[in-house]
Amino acid sequence: MQRRQVLAASAALGLAFSAGSSFAADKARIAMVVKALGIGFFEAAHRGGDEAAKELGNLELIYTGPTTTTAEGQIETVNSLIAQRVNAIAITANDTDALVPILKRAMQRGISVISWDSAVAPAGRQANLEPSSTKLIGETLVKLAAAPIAGKGEIAILSTTPTATNQNNWIAAMKEALPSQAGLKLITTVYGEDLADKSYRETVALLQGHPEVKVIVAPTSIGIVAAAQAVEDQHKVGQVFVTGLGLPSELVGHVKQGSVASFAIWNPVDLGYAAVYMAYDIASGKVKPSPGASFPVGRLGARSLDDKGNAVLGPPTIYDKSNVEQAAKLF
Amino acid sequence: MPISASFLRQRETALAGIIILLIFLVGLRAPIFLTPSSFREVFSDTSILIILALGEMTVILTRGIDLSVASNLALTGMLTAMLSVAAPSLPGIVHLALAALMGLALGAINGLLVWRVGIPSIVVTLGTLSIYRGVIFPLRGGAWVNSNEMSPSFLGFPRFTLLGLDIFSWLAILIAIAIWFVLAHARFGRKLYAAGGNPRAAVYTGIDPAREQFVAFCISGALAGLCGYLWVSRYAVAYVETALGFELQVIAACVIGGISIAGGIGRVIGCVLGALFLGVVKNALPTIGVSPFWQMGISGVVIVIAVILNARGERREGRRILRPATA
Repeated sequence: MQRRQVLAASAALGLAFSAGSSFAADKARIAMVVKALGIGFFEAAHRGGDEAAKELGNLELIYTGPTTTTAEGQIETVNSLIAQRVNAIAITANDTDALVPILKRAMQRGISVISWDSAVAPAGRQANLEPSSTKLIGETLVKLAAAPIAGKGEIAILSTTPTATNQNNWIAAMKEALPSQAGLKLITTVYGEDLADKSYRETVALLQGHPEVKVIVAPTSIGIVAAAQAVEDQHKVGQVFVTGLGLPSELVGHVKQGSVASFAIWNPVDLGYAAVYMAYDIASGKVKPSPGASFPVGRLGARSLDDKGNAVLGPPTIYDKSNVEQAAKLF
Repeated sequence: MPISASFLRQRETALAGIIILLIFLVGLRAPIFLTPSSFREVFSDTSILIILALGEMTVILTRGIDLSVASNLALTGMLTAMLSVAAPSLPGIVHLALAALMGLALGAINGLLVWRVGIPSIVVTLGTLSIYRGVIFPLRGGAWVNSNEMSPSFLGFPRFTLLGLDIFSWLAILIAIAIWFVLAHARFGRKLYAAGGNPRAAVYTGIDPAREQFVAFCISGALAGLCGYLWVSRYAVAYVETALGFELQVIAACVIGGISIAGGIGRVIGCVLGALFLGVVKNALPTIGVSPFWQMGISGVVIVIAVILNARGERREGRRILRPATA
């Protein structure tokens, strides 16, 4: 094991000297690194990435990631990508900071690095593509919370871990948008750690300890499923509504059951599509990733970077009884 | 010694006392915790942990350890969920039986490697921990099995309520009684104690300790498989990370319950109480609204305190092949 790592590292070192601008002639290789393989959302993003790769033509897309959502697993993945000498890495990070050193090393070897979906700290990437702006998500979540109770009543939030960057930003944005719905009162935030059993248990405790809560907002795909199941098991369908962010294919059953009235998610196909375009734009030297730079992203037009190196895809789409089944076939 | 005095000095009594005290203290902060429906909920929530801990206990009794229980659970859970997608008309009880059989097969693989190949159980199950979970991914390309794909009988059976308790709880009770009977009163079970308590002496009495480990792994595997169905049905989702890291809670439940990691010592009642203790802690913390930053630390501290209180006065009285039947 040790020896193999040394070999891989020295191979990477040797190749690094010849890396650089050999790319125009050969096929460009762009790696799409996801939080974990097998998550429906990322599989859909992969589809978008493939679409972009086909349009761009001169491109080989490598879709990869660890089997569990850990930063350690992603570090190994990136390590092997450095050894394979890809031209660009587009990553959705399991940890904002833990991946910075390894991604810095990738950039030193001439690999272009962008993050998408879950950002890497600015030091570890050249640009970042947000699926939606935090502000837009916060506003959407408040809108979703207000919908089933006509804008009046107590609500609670079910998050993942108290240190999850995305979750905390969305929750903060939600709190900022709350005054727009004067009738909504946020009682508490609980944490399910992205585990089905913990999220379920937290929801049951919430239903028992706060019977006044009418809506549970879960901006997490495991959390929203576990909360919906708990509401159904506690026979609270129709009294308590679960909403938040999740995938149509994973929630279609709960929408039919009535525990989820509506939920939102950004379009992962578009997200993967735009991420691959951005990675290609930088790696090919077409766009310099500086503040204000505008990236052509195929059929979606263009997205520009703000002064912190962030670009935004758009507002999330809301799904309910009327459109969930159709979307469930896709992702 | 009078019966009452020996009863009071038993570690299980102390642990039961700690659990009651804990429930009472939580009840002071959140009176809702003391209602019958809350007790039912906590017990139902803990039933899977109890069943897994009972299986783990049989392995630990033979001086082994089974690190693969959570992975076994995740794999059989995924397989039964996929079976439900393929054959929606299958009744829940068949799922339960098939899950136990699949788990038994996975447990037997562990057991054979320990018994026939002679690899230490910690090494074998460290390997199968990764293998069993790793196999889940290619089964479905990593895609989840969602609630709407599972059949109503698959989801409904464990939720069926009988005399106020759901099937989750009844299964935990029935399995605890069955394991208690086997370990305390059947020759089959007494051999497990003998194999772990003093393997060398056991050999002289005609018991093959490695073969007993194989038997224990089969029991542990079958129970883990059964829990695979229960878990996936309870949370209505099967995916690669089902019950990730749960084996540590299972082993913790055994240790808290006074099952000696050195083998040969431990009782079913202790094991059940150990699991219940963890279940109460896990359910109490969210109920009283402890900050999530403190939850992990607090449960760790509480576990260590319980083990210290519980371990006091444990004495090994000389060398014996087999202790009197107390399990």
